[in-house]
Amino acid sequence: MSTKSIYKGSRPISSFLLRKPKVRLISLLSLPMTWIVGVYIVSLFLLLITAFWNVDPFTSRVRPGFTLENFILIFTVPAYIATSIRTLFIALSVTAICVLLAVPLGIYMAKIANPRLRNFLAVAITLPLWAGYLVKIIAMRLVFTEEGFFNWFMAPFGIRGPGFSIPIVILTLTYLWFPYMALPVYTAIRQIPPNLFDASSDMGAKGFTTVYRVVIPLIVPAIIAGSVFTFSLSLGDYLAARFTGGATQMIGSIIAANINLNPPVAAAYSMIPIAFVVIYLMVARRTGSLERM
Amino acid sequence: MKGKKLAILSALSASVLIISGCSSGSDESSGVAIEVPDVPMHEAMGEFEGELNIVNWSGFVEPAWTDKFTADTGCKVNPRVAGTSDEMVTLMRTGQYDIVSASGDAALRLIVGGDVQPLNLDLIPNFSDEIAAGMKGNIYDTVNGKPYGVPIGRGANLLQYNEDVTGGAPESWDVVWELDTPYKGKITAYDAPIYIADAAVYLMYHKPELGIQNPYALDETQLAAAIDLLKQQNQVIGEYWSDPVAQITSYVGGNTVVGTSWEVLRKFAAQDNLKTTLPVEGSTGWFDSWLVSSTTKNINCAYAWMDYTSKPDVNGAIAVNFGMAPANVAFCASSPEAQAHCDTFFAEDEEFIERIWPWTTPIETCVDGRKDVKCTSFQEWTNAWATVKG
Repeated sequence: MSTKSIYKGSRPISSFLLRKPKVRLISLLSLPMTWIVGVYIVSLFLLLITAFWNVDPFTSRVRPGFTLENFILIFTVPAYIATSIRTLFIALSVTAICVLLAVPLGIYMAKIANPRLRNFLAVAITLPLWAGYLVKIIAMRLVFTEEGFFNWFMAPFGIRGPGFSIPIVILTLTYLWFPYMALPVYTAIRQIPPNLFDASSDMGAKGFTTVYRVVIPLIVPAIIAGSVFTFSLSLGDYLAARFTGGATQMIGSIIAANINLNPPVAAAYSMIPIAFVVIYLMVARRTGSLERM
Repeated sequence: MKGKKLAILSALSASVLIISGCSSGSDESSGVAIEVPDVPMHEAMGEFEGELNIVNWSGFVEPAWTDKFTADTGCKVNPRVAGTSDEMVTLMRTGQYDIVSASGDAALRLIVGGDVQPLNLDLIPNFSDEIAAGMKGNIYDTVNGKPYGVPIGRGANLLQYNEDVTGGAPESWDVVWELDTPYKGKITAYDAPIYIADAAVYLMYHKPELGIQNPYALDETQLAAAIDLLKQQNQVIGEYWSDPVAQITSYVGGNTVVGTSWEVLRKFAAQDNLKTTLPVEGSTGWFDSWLVSSTTKNINCAYAWMDYTSKPDVNGAIAVNFGMAPANVAFCASSPEAQAHCDTFFAEDEEFIERIWPWTTPIETCVDGRKDVKCTSFQEWTNAWATVKG
């Protein structure tokens, strides 16, 4: 069978596309472009526009217009500023705890554990991803109620949980987003050639020095990748705060409260987490780790 | 500001109907004329469309009475539970729902926004003299003499307490407001701007010098005082609730000892040690009505539903299930159990009802009749509410 007959006879679509490179390009890109432009960019744009609109004081209906009042509100009302700082603190704490847990776990899984234990741990990390997000939050709520599992289990040691508050929100978010940090870190550590460890040891480095001087620099891109998830997902969350935070208010809580009552304020306030993430990515880019991702 | 608002409302509809001063019934509505977009009314019943999409408070739409409705009319009922009035307003504006069980604070916003249509009461034979007099013709469901709502029931935002901890019914709301409360960190409050009215009710009793006559007619000084009280409460509060399940687990799990609640939530919690009471200051409450979307495709099913749920037995079933006073007081005489329920919820006791301030959308026109000051609008309440939690 000659090449020609394949194109002309049995594969009409392929041969047509081969002859028309423009059609080929359009058909290849149309679906992802529709998604990015039509769904993603347009909705972001609409969100940004709404931030400049105002609402009818009586019916709470949104009216097109132009006002900077919503932004002024966000930067002048102490409650909004305090909430932004609090949310930033929570997101950074969650990210830091995830890194502190993921690195030793990744080293253990990749370099020390036997294959069976390694597989078991990999499954254990990913298994919570199979449960619903809300289910996990409610589970944390039930664990930390006054008469919940934590206080019951810790009672013999005379320890009582802090009740619903910021520490429990941080714990819940860490639990929710840990797999997104643990998996890239683990994969990155696995890819470090074993002879680097040998070389480090030959040069006289002890365990911690090897981790600090060899492993960490090599997995920084993975940590950054994971932290983008843990950081940005924590910034946007509000259900963890609602169910496990007691009176704790996060950026998401204010957006959620305003989405029904004052959508322009919600839209303007949603620029804050976007700004935080952009700044975070710019700092990450400065370290050069984005290029190596 | 008001002129601008009215101008835009007029622009919204080609013709604006203004009929003032001829609304039926209550004193509140007689003085206040409000411009609303002209939405046509349903003239005559036709074929049932086969489905009905309802936005409702938890417990209003249950198979116990929807099954018979569906069997009678062929209208399949799709309920969607909302947790707050604000959520209801948003849901109704999506145009995906036909009818809503709106409280007074949602109803007026929907009517003025043109989201709901005036009703033809001739098509609702069960809307009769049996409907409690106090529930007809209120400002929030009868605007400019046109009825927009069919009453479902009414109730109070009660003080729920854990008797094992408190030892008895608290007499005053001070246990949830004052810094020296014995239940610091174990207090819950309703998570919505309308809760500002609860602070105002407390201030009406304890700080008469502020001159609050109606918790929904607050001038700027009065609103600031209410917000200060809420900020004080924020220091002793354990949790805010808008999700009923979260509130129930909070009481059952021991995180909350006192706080605002509905009778239905105490019932769902099913704990003997949880009780409710109406403290000496009185409280806020809600008068709920069915309102029909102005863009509904299932208008006949909606009318059939309003008629069906206004029957004494069905209206009573909803009231018993939710734990509120039924709108149709003919239910009370139907059985000893029904009478007991009506007595518990003071269904026929207008004096008790006087102590309840039903949720109403705060507007710039002071609904307490003051002409010399401008009252704060719901938008101002919303902005103020955001500052409470810090």
